[in-house]
Amino acid sequence: MSAPARRPVAVVSFAQARNVRREASRNEVELLMPVVSEVFAAIGASKDDMGFICSGSTDYLVGGPFSFVTALDAVGVWPPRAESHVEMDGAFALYEAWVLMQEGAIDAALVYSFGRSSPGDVTEILALQLDPYVTAPLWPSPVALAALQAQALIDAGEATEEELAEVAARNRSAARANPNAQVVSDASPEELLADEYVVAPLRRHALPPITDGAAAIVLAAGEKAREWRERPAWITGIDHRIETHALGCRDLTRSPSTALAAERAGLFEGPPVDLAEVHAPFAHQELIVRRALELGDAVTVNPSGGALAANPVMSAGLIRIGEAAARIWAAESERAVAHATSGPCLQQNLVCVLDASDGAVVGGGA
Amino acid sequence: MSGAEAGTQPVTVLETPIHLDYVFTPGIAQSIFLRGLARGVFLGQRCPTCGKVYIPSRGSCPVDGVATDEVVELPDTGIVTTYCVVNVPFAGQAVEIPYTCAQVLLDGANISFMGLIQEVPADQVRMGMRVEAVWVPPDELGPSLASVKYFRPTGEPDALYESYEEYL
Amino acid sequence: MAERCAVVGVGQTLLRSKRDDVSIPGLVREAAKAALADAGVGWDDIDAVVIGKAPDMFEGTMMPELSLAPALGAVGKPMFRVHTAGSVGGSTALVAAHLVAAGIHERVLTVAYEKQSDSDAMWALSVPQPFSAPLLAGAGGYFAPHIRAYMRRSGAPEHIGRIVAVKDRLNALKNPYAHLHLPDIDLKMVEESVMLWDPLRYLEACPSSDGAAAMVLASEGALGSPAFPPAWVHGMAMRSEPTMFAGRDQVSPRAGRECVADVFGQAGVTRPREQIDVAEVYVPFSWYEPMWLENLGFAEPGEGWKLTESGATAMDGDIPWNCSGGVLSSNPIGASGMLRFLEAAMQVRGQAGEHQIDGARLALGHAYGGGSQFFAMWVVGAAKP
Repeated sequence: MSAPARRPVAVVSFAQARNVRREASRNEVELLMPVVSEVFAAIGASKDDMGFICSGSTDYLVGGPFSFVTALDAVGVWPPRAESHVEMDGAFALYEAWVLMQEGAIDAALVYSFGRSSPGDVTEILALQLDPYVTAPLWPSPVALAALQAQALIDAGEATEEELAEVAARNRSAARANPNAQVVSDASPEELLADEYVVAPLRRHALPPITDGAAAIVLAAGEKAREWRERPAWITGIDHRIETHALGCRDLTRSPSTALAAERAGLFEGPPVDLAEVHAPFAHQELIVRRALELGDAVTVNPSGGALAANPVMSAGLIRIGEAAARIWAAESERAVAHATSGPCLQQNLVCVLDASDGAVVGGGA
Repeated sequence: MSGAEAGTQPVTVLETPIHLDYVFTPGIAQSIFLRGLARGVFLGQRCPTCGKVYIPSRGSCPVDGVATDEVVELPDTGIVTTYCVVNVPFAGQAVEIPYTCAQVLLDGANISFMGLIQEVPADQVRMGMRVEAVWVPPDELGPSLASVKYFRPTGEPDALYESYEEYL
Repeated sequence: MAERCAVVGVGQTLLRSKRDDVSIPGLVREAAKAALADAGVGWDDIDAVVIGKAPDMFEGTMMPELSLAPALGAVGKPMFRVHTAGSVGGSTALVAAHLVAAGIHERVLTVAYEKQSDSDAMWALSVPQPFSAPLLAGAGGYFAPHIRAYMRRSGAPEHIGRIVAVKDRLNALKNPYAHLHLPDIDLKMVEESVMLWDPLRYLEACPSSDGAAAMVLASEGALGSPAFPPAWVHGMAMRSEPTMFAGRDQVSPRAGRECVADVFGQAGVTRPREQIDVAEVYVPFSWYEPMWLENLGFAEPGEGWKLTESGATAMDGDIPWNCSGGVLSSNPIGASGMLRFLEAAMQVRGQAGEHQIDGARLALGHAYGGGSQFFAMWVVGAAKP
């Protein structure tokens, strides 16, 4: 099904903090401020050019309510701005900004996200995402849940532990070229298989690192985009879908919400993508998402190293969009897909198709 | 209640205690402020763009969105811009009610912060009243706002309303 | 270009201090089902769900939209979670309306809730942080000094707050969903209630409630056959400003003034007191009525209290405010803003029952949050814009 034509909106600037295990001296505002400065400086823009500001973060990472409120000081929202916040990954904040820009009144928007996973125990904290009546009181760790999914994939004959090691090896080796990456490695899959299990069948290498980070993107429409970026990364389609929460009701070896979002975003129409940035915190999840996105072997996957090289919670999805866009600016890609996920075992997924050409913009919709 | 009866009763309350520990990072700017408190002085920061002095500074000027890196030492005197009298008991309360909670604007600062007013009956606190900080004894000073015991009136004439109107 | 957007269904739960008869999924579903029934549509007719609530710590669940997806029929659909502090109920409705206005979806379900009794809201709002002073003021202590500043600035006499406290509670008696039903309320009762944060008395502050609100928003081509005529969105806007900065006007924040100028500009409102028939405005403490009357341009600076004193904002006045009883009568925090938006829509649809203003054609819905720094507003009308 083809969705109606959309207003061409492009990713024109992207900045991120250097991803680290623990940002010990700076608070969230201090982490974010240079990122926001950089995302403007890169294109010679300022906050005064922004018709809308939207951010993504979650209070439980910080351990206090309204963490997004003080983060606003990193931008300086004065005079007052049209501004909003989602308790979701920054990729969803980008979606909200894209929606508003479709109405035609806003030509540029700032999107940012931040999250420090180091202040608390992120494996405990993420358990609070689960159903509060029957699942969360058991405090299952996200690693255990991911391991259930990985085991289901292996049992279905659709992955092997060797393949998980290959995914990890490729991502962390690609991360060598990413100055912001946290975990880089030249270890071969065979070497990685010597890792011990954290929760079988997941070995150490199949897990994401714990990361403190922040990221920002500027979106611009039409001529404004061309003014700021010679070769803008046009969003030709963007959509997100959610699945049921009950793990027992899902086929964990598949990601139907990713596939549906991809279809609605127009991924399967037009020329195939040559590059993908996939938000797969656990190695086996990349295999599931690749299949849902129908990525062929010719597609370059996660040249940034993906979430296995750095996983700043609430920013890792937005960073996938920024990394994919940067390849289009650099003419390393003609058409790319970026993916963001949220919730246990890929429950909720967003797909964003980026193109060097602003032709046929589709996406979203019933 | 028998097992059979219990099976027919709806569960209306489920207690799920949540205990999470966090390592709190005040940040570079707030650390300067807190280390000042440990010495018994107020350290603010000035915005390089608008020149306003923030205390405590969170590291950026909320108006200009730029780093505030010039440190400014402020006196421990100021005025009450506005206040309320707290008469409601709640968990975590450190002072006996009723007590006065005021917005205190230190001399030379461009932002007020909340402080406790003592050594004066609650009904005699006024907007514009001159106050000074009373610190805990030197050996109890630490990198915390708890180093300021409270503020008390200096006895000087009240500030004119016009002088602090813009801080309300 | 933006598409027209209308409210075709509204639903709210009974707002009570403790809804222990339902779980959180049960609570949001109660509101959502009522909205669907009012719109005359089923779960399958909904393209996307937009949900909002105040801090996750209120219920001790993180990003609860994940576990609420099945209860709201969102499986296989886009599900979106908004959080903008106290204004969240309003901004959530606006995000949903933009999905329709931008032509992304034809019919969107939007829901906001709070189940405050599930935990201690006071605790959730004031997690002790190291290096801070011991907790000084509590929740109302943040706003009481600004109320005092307003009284000083405007010269308003101290009984004005009590007038609002009585008026909104009398209005609540006409709203079966409202949390507080105080049939004996009068000025004396308010005056004799305990002083919490001088100058603010107990009965001048909002309660803590459990509850949810929901609306079905539709494009012009997907109105269907709702039980009442659609409430058309004539204008919508959000504005934010920093919590604190040198010279900030916390009594009449500029973000509020600019937000209302934007929303009235879109709706063609130049003389609000004459053109707006009824307003649902976020008034959690009595004094915020005269303060917002000025901030929203219904009165000149310093004159808002005179409008309140004259009875203009009562149900039989020329600009009735908070006929539902408002936040002073029911405050499920995350839903409170959406209830303002929803009640405004109910008025222009003519479905407000006993608290209906006859012939209401144009209404303002307003929400604010944080330290009076986040604003969300819409203007809805009976006529197509």
